[in-house]
Amino acid sequence: MKKFLLTASAAALALAASSGFAVARDQIQVAGSSTVLPYAKIVAEQFGETFTNFKTPVVESGGSGAGIKEFCKGVGEDTIDIANSSRPIKKDEIQSCVDAGVKEIQEVRIGYDGIVFATDIKGPDWALVPSDIYKALAAKLVVDGKLVDNPNTKWNQVNPKLPDWDIAAYIPGEKHGTREVFETKLLDAGCDKDALKAAGVADEKEIGKACIAIRKDGKAVDIDGDYTETLARIDSNKTGVGVFGLAFYENNADKLKVATVEGIVPSTETIAGGTYPVSRPLFFYVKKAHLGVVPGLKEYVEFFLDDQMVGPESPLAEYGLVAAPDAERQAQRDAFAAGKSM
Amino acid sequence: MTDISMDTMARAVAHPRRDIGLKGRYAAERRFRIYGAVAISVGLAFLAIMLITIVSKGYTAFWQTTVTLPINFDEKVIDPSNKRATDPSVLIKANYPKLAENALVAKLGINPDDKPMIQKLKGFLSEGARVQLRNIVAADPSVIGTTRNVDILAAANLDSAFKGQIDLSVEEARRKVSDQQIAWMDKLKADGAMAEHFNTGLFTYGASSRPETSGMGVAIIGSFYMMVIVLLLALPIGVAASIYLEEFAKKNRLTDLIEVNINNLAAVPSIVFGLLGLAVFINFLGMPRSAAFVGGLVLTLMTLPTIIIATRAALAAVPPSIRSAALGLGASKMQMVFHHILPLAAPGILTGTIIGLARALGETAPLLLIGMVAFVADYPKTPFDPATALPVQIYMWANEAERAFVERMSGAIIILLVFLMAMNITAIVLRRRFERRW
Repeated sequence: MKKFLLTASAAALALAASSGFAVARDQIQVAGSSTVLPYAKIVAEQFGETFTNFKTPVVESGGSGAGIKEFCKGVGEDTIDIANSSRPIKKDEIQSCVDAGVKEIQEVRIGYDGIVFATDIKGPDWALVPSDIYKALAAKLVVDGKLVDNPNTKWNQVNPKLPDWDIAAYIPGEKHGTREVFETKLLDAGCDKDALKAAGVADEKEIGKACIAIRKDGKAVDIDGDYTETLARIDSNKTGVGVFGLAFYENNADKLKVATVEGIVPSTETIAGGTYPVSRPLFFYVKKAHLGVVPGLKEYVEFFLDDQMVGPESPLAEYGLVAAPDAERQAQRDAFAAGKSM
Repeated sequence: MTDISMDTMARAVAHPRRDIGLKGRYAAERRFRIYGAVAISVGLAFLAIMLITIVSKGYTAFWQTTVTLPINFDEKVIDPSNKRATDPSVLIKANYPKLAENALVAKLGINPDDKPMIQKLKGFLSEGARVQLRNIVAADPSVIGTTRNVDILAAANLDSAFKGQIDLSVEEARRKVSDQQIAWMDKLKADGAMAEHFNTGLFTYGASSRPETSGMGVAIIGSFYMMVIVLLLALPIGVAASIYLEEFAKKNRLTDLIEVNINNLAAVPSIVFGLLGLAVFINFLGMPRSAAFVGGLVLTLMTLPTIIIATRAALAAVPPSIRSAALGLGASKMQMVFHHILPLAAPGILTGTIIGLARALGETAPLLLIGMVAFVADYPKTPFDPATALPVQIYMWANEAERAFVERMSGAIIILLVFLMAMNITAIVLRRRFERRW
């Protein structure tokens, strides 16, 4: 037994040391945003089922930033082919890509994602405007011309039309891509900058920071996990308000009631039309050098961009992706076919 | 008797203080026992709560609803222009879901021209029917033109409704199943066409975006590969290292330093081994991402210190008299170790190894960084192909939005717990059977 084990492990070691791993990869590798992950999974699965000559792509989770970092490691078999992202790639990320030899990146916009506020299904109707959210969640507010710690403890102090509930908001944590949208589209938009200026906050930069600073007294809770955790929080605190992705809300519409923002009910129509204010585009980035090298990569991207996948009546739309308007989808297909890189 | 009691009484009278101290000590002991009992019952209570929640949520995952339908493999649907002899791709691209839909329409007695009614059938059967029926045709093309009974999976939402997990008192628009679908479901149930079966798919399917066709197949194979690699690498290296350290190496500063480092390594958080794996195996040696082989290497590094510590303890527990006897009878040091010490230490080594393996089996953090927390649908043919692991699959399902994945996640936890329990029980049995006491 011992002898066998010794021989076998010597063989395993030898294999590890010698094989060199130059085996040609025949499987597409994707990594990145956990928001894009469910969509990428649906496409990958159907791609594998439709193109029986290609393997089903492997889709890793881990976040937009981590995905782009892996993507920018370089060109070759041991680097990923596609990075999913819930935000546009940043300039310094492009630079680090170029430095590592990833010179040509093709950007693909797949559609939009809406961010909704929801409460327990048995609660009253909610109608929010960005300034309500700012007033309820900001760290400091201007009261009578002075900057003080946020004095609001109940929603109806913020806006008399809101219910008499203690403020308890479950918002995306700072590592989420969603947080950025939350900050720019709600807090910054609802922030009274003139009042801050009058209260003595010096420059633009400071005002910008003060606008998106969230109170730390426990009334706004950062959720670093996923929407499942937010849902569990609302289950246990029936007067809590949670932030969800549209897809997640639609999958749990029997437990949650959605709030309107500026009088608009979030739906795929209102987001695609641009009337619902809190939405963001979703992307993925393709390594051009891998096209034609990794089998199926070109077909995968084309399959992804097909109306059967990202159109208004596609499986992705059914899951909650807000399809881009017809012209934009066509433009994305044309840009990819033309090989346009950033 | 009386003498003694008289004597004690006399002493008690002489030293009245002693009794007071004794009382206090007994009380302290009683209190300590109560604390201990409370501590154990709190621990047991939490274990019970955990097991009850997991099992109550997860046991339904082992059953899956299927609809038995007489599928007519209609040539007009599969190959309308009769080209399959010249172009085999026709059989791959054919509209197989239509076959299932037609069969369901016939079974439910819906008028085939009533398009709005047929539209309501959408989301009744699993999308997985396409692959299922395609595989039947691919395996035996002569099936075209005949009718055959096929068990087709119900879609996840219907499956939940069938198991009574959907609250039907909620208004229809807010539910994922319509009243019409519920009516059809009841009809099929009364016919006996729709029923729950043991969910073999949970063990055989790979990852999927549809709850009903997702399973732990890829994860089980991935975990198996990793465990084999860990066993083949960590056990011999660990045992060899411990034998050398314990029996051959001189005790000096250097071996002390090595010992401290090994103990430290055993306490290093597992994510650190993941970072090491990413830097060394993937970035430097260029091994493939997401591969079970790299996962196995990382887990080997993680398990090695545990095995070395357990092995050294087992070797040290063998009494020196055995060594002296062996050497005294003329055995070489090597013979002494391999003929006498190692067999006697084997139960301890095996126990340590199994416990180390069990820990490695439940590990996700180091796998995140080497790309094994991923959606992998295809079976890994070799350890170098992308794969996932059991705990990773649990984590991936926990992140899903669909309700039906919650049940699968709990089911997967049950499976993982069963594996872990089996390993730990093996360790205990081995120890009980082969352990020697001196």
